[in-house]
Amino acid sequence: MSEQETTVGKRVLRKEDFRLITGEGSYTDDINLPNQTYAYFVRSPMARAGIKGIDLRKALQSEGVVDILTGQQLAEDGLGALPCGWMVLSADGSEMKQPAHPVLANDKVNYVGEPLAIVLAESKRQAKDAAELVEVDYEELPVLTNAREAAVSDIQLYDEIPGNRSFNWELGEKEATDKVFESADHIVSMDIYNNRLIPNAMEPRAAIGDYSRGNQDYTLYTTSQNPHVARLVLTAFVQIAPEHKLRVIAPDVGGGFGSKIYVYSEETACLWAASKIARPVKWTADRSESFLTDAHGRDHHTHGELALSADGTFEGLRIKTIANVGAYLSLFASAVPTYLYGTLLAGQYKTPNVYVEVDSIFTNTAPVDAYRGAGRPEATYILERLVEKAARSLSMDPSEIRRKNFIQPEDFPYQTPVALEYDIGNYEASLDRAMEMAAVSDFDARRADSQARGKLRGLGYSCYIEACGIAPSKMVGELGAGVGLWESGEVRVNATGSVTVLTGAHSHGQGHETTFAQIVADRFGIDIDDVEVVHGDTGRMDMGMGTYGSRSLAVGGSALDRASDKIIAKGLKIAAHLLGVSEEEIEFKAPEFKVKNSNAAKTFQEIAFAAYVPHDYPDDLEPGLAEKAFYDPQNFTYPAGCYICEVEIDPATGVTSIEKFTAVDDFGKIINPMIVEGQVHGGLVQGIGQAMLENCVYDENGQLLSGSYMDYCMPRADDFPNFDVDLTETACTHNPLGVKGCGEAGAIGSPPAVINAITDALGILDMDMPATPYKIWQIISAQEGQ
Amino acid sequence: MYAFNYHKPATLEQAKSLYADCEDPYFIAGGHTLLPTMKQRLVSPTDLIDLAGIEDLVGISIDGDELVIGAMTTHGEVAASSMVADFSSGLAQLAAKIGDTQVRYRGTIGGSVANNDPSADYPAGLLGSGATIVTDQRQIAADDFFVDLFETALQEGEMIRSVRFPGVSRSAYQKFDNPASRYAIVGVFVSEGNGEVRVAVTGAGASVFRNSDMEQALAGDFSASALNSINVLPDEFNSDLHASPAYRAALVKEMAKRAVASIQ
Repeated sequence: MSEQETTVGKRVLRKEDFRLITGEGSYTDDINLPNQTYAYFVRSPMARAGIKGIDLRKALQSEGVVDILTGQQLAEDGLGALPCGWMVLSADGSEMKQPAHPVLANDKVNYVGEPLAIVLAESKRQAKDAAELVEVDYEELPVLTNAREAAVSDIQLYDEIPGNRSFNWELGEKEATDKVFESADHIVSMDIYNNRLIPNAMEPRAAIGDYSRGNQDYTLYTTSQNPHVARLVLTAFVQIAPEHKLRVIAPDVGGGFGSKIYVYSEETACLWAASKIARPVKWTADRSESFLTDAHGRDHHTHGELALSADGTFEGLRIKTIANVGAYLSLFASAVPTYLYGTLLAGQYKTPNVYVEVDSIFTNTAPVDAYRGAGRPEATYILERLVEKAARSLSMDPSEIRRKNFIQPEDFPYQTPVALEYDIGNYEASLDRAMEMAAVSDFDARRADSQARGKLRGLGYSCYIEACGIAPSKMVGELGAGVGLWESGEVRVNATGSVTVLTGAHSHGQGHETTFAQIVADRFGIDIDDVEVVHGDTGRMDMGMGTYGSRSLAVGGSALDRASDKIIAKGLKIAAHLLGVSEEEIEFKAPEFKVKNSNAAKTFQEIAFAAYVPHDYPDDLEPGLAEKAFYDPQNFTYPAGCYICEVEIDPATGVTSIEKFTAVDDFGKIINPMIVEGQVHGGLVQGIGQAMLENCVYDENGQLLSGSYMDYCMPRADDFPNFDVDLTETACTHNPLGVKGCGEAGAIGSPPAVINAITDALGILDMDMPATPYKIWQIISAQEGQ
Repeated sequence: MYAFNYHKPATLEQAKSLYADCEDPYFIAGGHTLLPTMKQRLVSPTDLIDLAGIEDLVGISIDGDELVIGAMTTHGEVAASSMVADFSSGLAQLAAKIGDTQVRYRGTIGGSVANNDPSADYPAGLLGSGATIVTDQRQIAADDFFVDLFETALQEGEMIRSVRFPGVSRSAYQKFDNPASRYAIVGVFVSEGNGEVRVAVTGAGASVFRNSDMEQALAGDFSASALNSINVLPDEFNSDLHASPAYRAALVKEMAKRAVASIQ
């Protein structure tokens, strides 16, 4: 038997791409069920108003209308509100406050785009026509959109929530930190606004609700990153159906970036409406609805201070953040500005005292929740901006001040002052490699050349860390999570020796159908084309927690590794029987089960066949060869890296060109370097997009000004140079694959590198994102006016 | 989008007669403004009269001293035409910078000019070249054509047949893109020929306009440095998320200098 070439660590082409790039994928909107109706939502045009009445009479007469359902009927059916799944306690121990988040607004609307009725018709156009005829009597109420203003406003958005504050959360030792600041040689401080972003997945959200009256079975097709979580929320919390009676299918999904983690009003209403009219109900968001109602990201106002000794040693970090959570707490909204943010503020540094305080504030804007990076970009941004400012203030080289304060390889495992214990890392290695690739030593010459051409050149660093592989259950449970954060995997060896892999993780661009197949194929020594990865259907795999927080490989991949262990363990028993020796005498050397020190062997395929055609089979063993595993890790994983951005600014127009962007990441062991590079590139584009292009803007009335691509600047390929990326490696110590996760790093690490480079070029210390040509021109004009 | 009737006449006469007979008709050229507006239900024509079937409206030719571009000629055809490039480098540059590839393959010169979007490119090209708009009824000088925000000298039902460009000895177009939409925050078309210098600015105001200070300065000395002392007043310039009037004023001057520098 010839040995199958291994695939892990190699640039294996993505198995799913043929389907996806030839238009053969099957997205929710590609699915049509017999006799389906089309839904269109009546949405609030106002940011805050009482609903005095809804008159459906004209709309119900409109051609093709099947029915129109409102929040009142929903309440009469006893359906619950949309929950927030993570309880955060305020510093005084009290539970976070939240208004009920209705599936359809009943007596009040709280942001533009909030749905208040679902129109069901024979065609999408007829549903839309009828929606225009729904007459809603609104009573306008005063509006708050800016969290910093809402925190101190006399206007109270919800009777039960004084100060519009959901919670006031803290982490770290306040007194000890304050004390350090009293005696510090230097204190560097800044106020930043981490700009609000709109996710803009390529595929808009969509749903088809289906109900079988005969069996009282419900099926929901939806654009979800975690169909099992959707099932749990819809059954246990919203109580549409019992859990065993609902099947959630998330077929091909075109990007999520966090925005498809949550259970929204629309899919909930479609499923409920399908049971009311006993016909399938289909809805696909148009792009304007996506802008208005997909959960937005970021939106932090932060005051940060770094205390240093005379020689540049970090002594303390003090952070005060006001986080805008929008009108309601979305599914994981409370975790983002707290446990995914405050815990990361130690960064790569040995800062002994860190204290962070977060006020989470309601406004009349779309809910804000996790968006690629989720809390970690916000932490990295304020920290790396402060570090850069400290270097400039103390006239230290920005690489030296970082080097001086790095946690060193011998310090691991390292307990930070903000709850996390980093298992491993080598931060100087990524800094050194990035500086070499970025040719930092020649930067002064390049800057002089720019200057000779009338241009401004700058260099900016960012040394980020993230906690990903979101888990373990015990830890997140202690921190308030309403769910466990394991992952499940199943390996089914078919009788012919091919393998079907089922995973509770969900791929919506990540390439799991390839990387997970690589892992399993290599374990068994079989061809990757003989492994099929199945995901995204609660009817096919028992359980799952889905994909977010760069967790799929570290948690879901590890589960598959464990399930593969079990397959091999059973295979050893079968082989021992077939070869007439004891189990101890058998070893598995992919792809063969062989007798130690002998030629006698059975192939993986022969063992599979024997398991399903057990004519000659051990008495004490069940037939079949399929195993499941749940994996719950011991810790988060801690990817880290160094990004260096070099820019050139045209002072006449304010246009910034990224001349060079270097990214060196430590993601632990790599399964597929090509897919990892793709993830880094995508993350960089989103991070640099935040730094230079993207900005979600509401006006004072709560109308979304950046509500289309005419005004919301999506990054395009020609906005970027070729990225120079490389990897360093310290293997994760606590999962069997040694992997850490790579999905969010680019978005986390890049914004401060860009802004540090631009401020370096401009010779200033502070500026807010996005660094548009207009903003830069204003800064330059003000400098010239001085 | 609301339901509407669709017509695709083969001749100008059929198109006009359909227009006269329909309740609330719209001519549609490339549709790159009209269709998105209809999708948002901001306009609801009862009838769309598609001009794409009228062969007379398509094509690029030289007629005496003039370049003639049919109203239904796409931006892509203009950008790729060696005839246009030889005749007016500025016009070729302009067409190549409109939208993206998809837009250039559908969008037409007639549609763009008739719409007179304040940040569209073609109005600057026409006004900056001293072009003439030929309709089914008359000829209108560009100087008289672009009236105000989305407003032109066209009468109800009047249709553009072609645009005639006089020969100029040199021309250039410089555009500063809105980073999001890639429309012009400011676009400046400069030409010299027929005894005059023209500087036309789009994007900055409610409608395209000429800057006479710059034209005079360049008439005396056709060089970028001749514009150094020009003060572009931001009064009545557009203001939005992406640019203030002052920024637009600075960009008008900078784009004009760059346009001149490229052909001086």
